[in-house]
Formats: sequence, C-alpha cells, structure tokens
Amino acid sequence: MAFHLFPPSASANAGQVDAIFWALAGLSVFIMVIVFAPLTYFAIKYRRGNKVDRTPPKIATWKFEVTWTIIPFFIGMGIFAWSADVYFHIESPPANALEVNVVGKQWMWKLQHAEGNREINELHVPIGRAVKLTMTSQDVIHDFFIPAFRVKQDVVPGRYTTEWFIPSRVGRYRIFCAQFCGTSHAAMVGWVDVMEPGDYQKWLVTTGQGETMAVAGERLFNQVGCSGCHGVSSKFQAPKLEGLYGHPVPLDGGQVVTADDKYIRDSILLPASQITAGYQNLMPSFAGRLSEEEVMELIAYIKSIADKQPSDYNP
Amino acid sequence: MNSVQTMPVPDTTAVQPPENYLTEHTVSSWLLTTDHKRICILYLLSIIVFFAIAAVAAAMMRIELLWPDGRLVLPETYNKLFTIHGVLMVWFFLIPSIPAVLGNFVIPMMIGARDVAFPKLNLLSWYLFMLGGSFVVYSVVVGGVDTGWTFYTPYSTTYANPNVITMVAGVFIAGFSSILTGLNFIVTIHKMRAPGMTWFRLPLFIWSLYSTSLILVLATPVLAITLLAISVERIWGVGIFDPNLGGDPVLFQHMFWFYSHPAVYIMILPGMGVVSELIACFSRKKIFGYNFIAFSSLAIAVIGFLVWGHHMFVSSQSIYAGMVFSILSFVVAVPSAIKVFNWTATLYKGSISFDTPMLYALGFIGLFTIGGLTGLFLAALAVDVHLHDTYFVVAHFHYIMVGGMVMGFMGGLHYWWPKITGRMYPEVAGRIAALVTFVGFNLTFFPLFLLGYLGQPRRYHSYPPEFQIFHILSTAGASILGIGYLMPLIYLLWSLRYGEKAPANPWRATGLEWQTPSPPPRDNFEQTPIVVEEPYNYPPENA
Repeated sequence: MAFHLFPPSASANAGQVDAIFWALAGLSVFIMVIVFAPLTYFAIKYRRGNKVDRTPPKIATWKFEVTWTIIPFFIGMGIFAWSADVYFHIESPPANALEVNVVGKQWMWKLQHAEGNREINELHVPIGRAVKLTMTSQDVIHDFFIPAFRVKQDVVPGRYTTEWFIPSRVGRYRIFCAQFCGTSHAAMVGWVDVMEPGDYQKWLVTTGQGETMAVAGERLFNQVGCSGCHGVSSKFQAPKLEGLYGHPVPLDGGQVVTADDKYIRDSILLPASQITAGYQNLMPSFAGRLSEEEVMELIAYIKSIADKQPSDYNP
Repeated sequence: MNSVQTMPVPDTTAVQPPENYLTEHTVSSWLLTTDHKRICILYLLSIIVFFAIAAVAAAMMRIELLWPDGRLVLPETYNKLFTIHGVLMVWFFLIPSIPAVLGNFVIPMMIGARDVAFPKLNLLSWYLFMLGGSFVVYSVVVGGVDTGWTFYTPYSTTYANPNVITMVAGVFIAGFSSILTGLNFIVTIHKMRAPGMTWFRLPLFIWSLYSTSLILVLATPVLAITLLAISVERIWGVGIFDPNLGGDPVLFQHMFWFYSHPAVYIMILPGMGVVSELIACFSRKKIFGYNFIAFSSLAIAVIGFLVWGHHMFVSSQSIYAGMVFSILSFVVAVPSAIKVFNWTATLYKGSISFDTPMLYALGFIGLFTIGGLTGLFLAALAVDVHLHDTYFVVAHFHYIMVGGMVMGFMGGLHYWWPKITGRMYPEVAGRIAALVTFVGFNLTFFPLFLLGYLGQPRRYHSYPPEFQIFHILSTAGASILGIGYLMPLIYLLWSLRYGEKAPANPWRATGLEWQTPSPPPRDNFEQTPIVVEEPYNYPPENA
C-alpha cells in the first residue's frame, strides 16, 4: 500500500506555507512539553499516599498568570503577522500571469485558456510561469483545491474568484473540489499537468481551437447583438467599451467603480444594477441567454480592447 | 471541610430521609415533572438515544472509508450519513450534553437553590428539544438530507431534496429549547444563590455555564433567523442566498457562522467547567487562579462572537476581513491557554488520586491541548488556505468536541453519578473505560491530521488510494473508541441495580451539592444552606 506522509510541494508558494506549518508544529510540540511534562511530574510526585512535602506554596499567583497570558499572546501575534503576510501574497495575483477561466458545475470542472484551448477536469500549465485562474460556478459553491500547490479558493455562483500559483515542479498533481457540492462531490476531481515550457507550447498548438477567447468573444459580441448598441458604428446611446476595462467608471448615483471582470459580468447579466452616469437604463438582461463560459469570452474580448480608444475607429 | 453551616436542627443528618426525588414512579410524575433533577434524567435518556443514532452513522462512515472506492454505501447515502451525524451530534448531543443534563442537575444544587428560576419553562425546554429531535429523526426516516450540518446555500435552498425543510425546522425548534435553558440558567444564577454565595464563591462550573448561557441566549436567535431565511427562500423563492434570485450565498455563511462559531464554545466551555471541578476535587487543592479561570470563560464567550469569519478565509470574503478574523482568533486562544496552565498548576503540591472522573479530566487536558494547538494552524491564514475543508479540520474539531467536551461530560457524569442515582459505579471498570476511550480516540483522530495535511478533503465518499492507510488506522481506532463508549453504558446501567449505595459525599468534595443526601430530597436541601467560605477550600494534606 503506497502512501506518503507529506504532500508533494510543487509551487513557489508551497515552501512558504510549509515553513509556517512546520513552525507551528514545532511550537505545538514545545507547548505540549511545557504542559505535559509538569503535569506528568506533578501527577506522579503528588499522587495520594506518596510522602512528600505538601505545604501550601507561598507564591505570587498573579506573576504566573501574567506570564502565561502575555507570552502566548505575543507568540500568537507573531504567527498571525507571518501567516497574514504569506496569505496576502497568495491572494494577490500578479499582472502578467497566464489566464485560465474555470467554471465549476455539478460535478465537473470546465476550463478554458486565454488562448482558447478547452479542458475538462485537467489543467495544463507551464513550469515557472504565474498562472491565474478566474473562477465561477454555474450552480452551487465548489472549491478548486490543488494540495501540491497549497492553494484553495471557493468557486461561488454569481461571483468571480481568483486563485494563482507558479508551478515549480514538472508532474501530475491532484485537483479536488473541497466544498461539499452534492451527491458526486468526491468525483469532482482532476489533474494539473505541469509541463516544460516547450511541451506546453506544443500542447497549446495541438489542442488549439483555432481562436483565442478574445476572438471568440468578439464573434459572440456581434452574434448576440451587443454590437448593435455598443458597437463602434452604433447610433444608440450606449457606453462604448473600447478602453473601458480596468478604468474607473462613474455611475448614475455618483459612485465610481473600476471596470473589472465582476463589473462587466454584472453589467451583462444584471444591467440595471449599475448604470453608467449619463446613460439611460435601456439594456436588457442576458441572464439565462448566455452561459458562464460565453460571459467569460465576452469579458476576454472587452479586455482585449482595453488599450484602444473609441476614437481609434473614427479618426 | 464543609463549606456550609446548616442551622442546628435535631437528627436530620443522621438518618437518611425516606423520600428522595426518585421515589415517585408514575409516568406522569416523569413527563409532567418540573424538578430540575428529573429533567436532567429526561435529557440524559434523550441525548443517549440521539448519540446512539449519530454514532451508528459514524460507524457506517468509518467502515465505508476502509476502501478508497467507496464500496459499502452509495455516495448519496454517505452524504446523508455525515449530515445525520453532524446535525444530531451538534444540536442533539453536544450542545445539550453538559448544560442540559449536568447543568440542570448541578446548578441549583451548587448554588443552594431548590430548583431553577423557572421550573415549568425548564420542562418546556425539554419538550421543545424532543419535538425538534422528532422533526430531525422524521426527516431522516422519510429519506434523509444530504447538505451536511452546515446547510450551505445555494445547495440547501435550491438543489438538495425537500426534506431539508423538515430537518431545518427541527433544528429551529430545538434552538428555542437552547434559548430557554440559557435564560433559565442566567436568571437562576443571578437570583437563586443561597445566602453568602457571592459571585466569587461560585464554583467555576457555574461561571462556565453562565458564560455558556450568554452564548445560548445571544447567538441562537441568529441561527433561527438564518434557518428561517433558508425556508423562506426554499418555499417562496425569495432571493436571499441564491444568486439566481439576486441573493448572496456568502451571506448565508456569515449568518450561519455568527451562530455556529460561538456554538463551538457552547460545546467546550461547559467541559472546561467540569474539569475545573474535577481537578480541584481529586488533587484536594484550591484551584490555582480562580479569578483567571472564571474571567477567561467570560472572555471566551465575548471574543468568541467576533471570530466567525475564520471559517471563511477562502470563501471570497475580503482578505482584510480575513486578517481581522485571524488576529481575533489568535486572541481567543489565550483564555483557553490560561485555563490549561492553571489546571496544571493546581496539581502542584496536591494529593492526587486517579479515580475515573480524574482520568477523564486529565484526558480532557491532553486532548483539548492538542485540539487547541491545531486550532492555531487553522487561525493562521496562509496555512488555513491549504488545510481548510480537509480532514485536518475534522481532526481538530473532534479533538475539541469529543476529546474535550465528551471527555468532560463523561468525567462529570461519573463524578455526579452517585449524587444523581444514589449508586456507586464500579471503579475499576470506570478506569479501564476512560483509558480505552483515550487510546481509541487518539487512534481514530490523530491520523486525520496527517490526512488533512496531505490534502484529503472532507465529505468524500471515495478517495485516492494513497490515503487508505490513514483511514484504516482511523477505523481501527473508532472500533476501540466504540468499546470505550459501550462500557460505561453497560456498567452505569448495572450500577443502578447492583451498585453500592452512595454516601452523601463519596469524593470528600467541597460544594453544596455534596452536603445533601444521595440522591437528594425533592427540594434538594432540608434547610437553605448558608455559605461562609470560598470554593475548593480543601484542607492542606500531608502524605
């Protein structure tokens, strides 16, 4: 029966997490010794019937109390600071990461690379490059967990969540759904394939779809009618989308939001929720008409025109 | 040695009073009783039944997990088993275990009262508890629920089968039992103390149950609101949690854990209270740091309300919120540490005997310490990202709730058994059972820490083959643990008929409950006791 005591460590973050884990393990052993050693010693020495001096000790109780209040408090604060620092890093994806979209559904993972390649329950990534997953669910809450990378993030319907890592070792590692999601929860598993960069390029080409997500998104943009109002030549009063992504958008109520994935998703599915200042609430909702994957493709398209200006087209 | 002075009355102490609270035998004398001591027994019998059902579910899961491919039951059945196990163990065994069983019996006696403040309300609590329990059992009989005890949305509101409404209704009803019991205890402790029983003469068990009662009263209504919201969404389609209806599934988690994290302290504070009694009694020492132990209970109850978000570090909650919840989680660990250090210090220069209750108390300290330390791993943000929703969490909270609370309950049950029943249990069998429980428990749950660190998620009906060895160890441990629980069931029942008659104070303990015959008369004390001393005033012993 093959087994391991420790999980494989295959991402740049894994070592940092393990360092805290083992420091905590060491601390735990230390505290157990300072509790259990005197406990055992007293239990033996002061057992009833053993002839020892039991004169009530003259000690200042408060000194002990203060000691064992203050020291654990500061140890706790130290571990907090250390682990919060690493957590902040784990939760902050870098800007230049490879992008993969993940849609969870009962009971499978559907993944799509920015390059357009689609996978189910498998994720191919190159070693040494940051990879950022943008994830959502089309039914219940799932959780994308890769133990070898020490990363985990709930995949929540109605929201985008992100997870990122830098694979550091070639190999195949398990993906688990970690949030209970119904009958076949335990079957919602898969594999991450960490490859050499060259192999990864080859894989992208051989499994390619012919179009990137952004191109597919542009096609959809015209197909489902977005371009009718938001298109360059449209005469309707609708916000232009060139140069939108990543920039501040003033809203009707005076609020200003940043146009990120979540904002665009909400604008497509719940258009009435955030009206751009100066525009009327005319847009119909596309909820139920577009799948999560299609919304993600549209976002990829709008993202791809982030550095263009509406004026680029009509000079 | 006596911590009380009774008014001089001729010859009542010499002769065992002919009548005690157990004398009457009619069915109505039990079902319509307002005697807190009889209500204790009603609760005891009820929670044993619920525990047995939940334990059978656990046993089936442990057998199923012997094989990685899940060959004993269907995935759906497995999911129902862990839901039954969680719901019954949390709301119908652990939460009522020490408070409603031992607390009901002991609180009025410890403070020198004739009963709780509202005896009829006390009986109503039990009826609500049983009604809630019946709903839950009914929901299981008609097909079961597979959401887990946490009822996460939108799974519970949209995708799970409709029995979830019945089960949620059961928990909702049982919640009112908790609220009323908490209220009853708070008023009792405030208003019913005997003359001279000042706050700082109260046994620490009272302090811990007072803190527990605060949580019961303040947190349980939030659970009720949350469960009601599930039903409203499920039945009328009002969008509260389901994003397709415009709701927010993460809101549910905030509301659920706002109750359920404090509820974790409902499931440990009473155990700590029992241990404080046992450690002092069986080392015949005044407890070390009385004030610190008393106030650490209150600190846990208060800070415990502010740490719920540590269940949600990877839920998509803001990372800054995560940091606040993490820091507070480290803070709430401090009062627990204070208690452990004070118990250890109490043993110094004591006269320690290893009777069954003491073995459970020492077992409690060992297992609770491990449970508490592994809690630090989960409070540490970056480490929790890896360990969240794995078997590490399962192992951690079983160390607290089973290693802690159940050991505390068993210790307390043995300690007060002579008082409750008037009979002594067989001491040797008791000690063996305590040791068997300790060994079995560790073998069951320690391997799960390793399994969690390896990455095995919770609530998996099948799992990768490389995890099998840990599951085999755990199942082996569970078989031993099962024996550890069966033994007391047998010898305690046996003792009811064949056990030695218990004297008023078999442990030579301080505390008012030992100043009256075993079992106590209907009104607990022949005269209202007058307290003139601090608790745990054990005389110094030599050799």
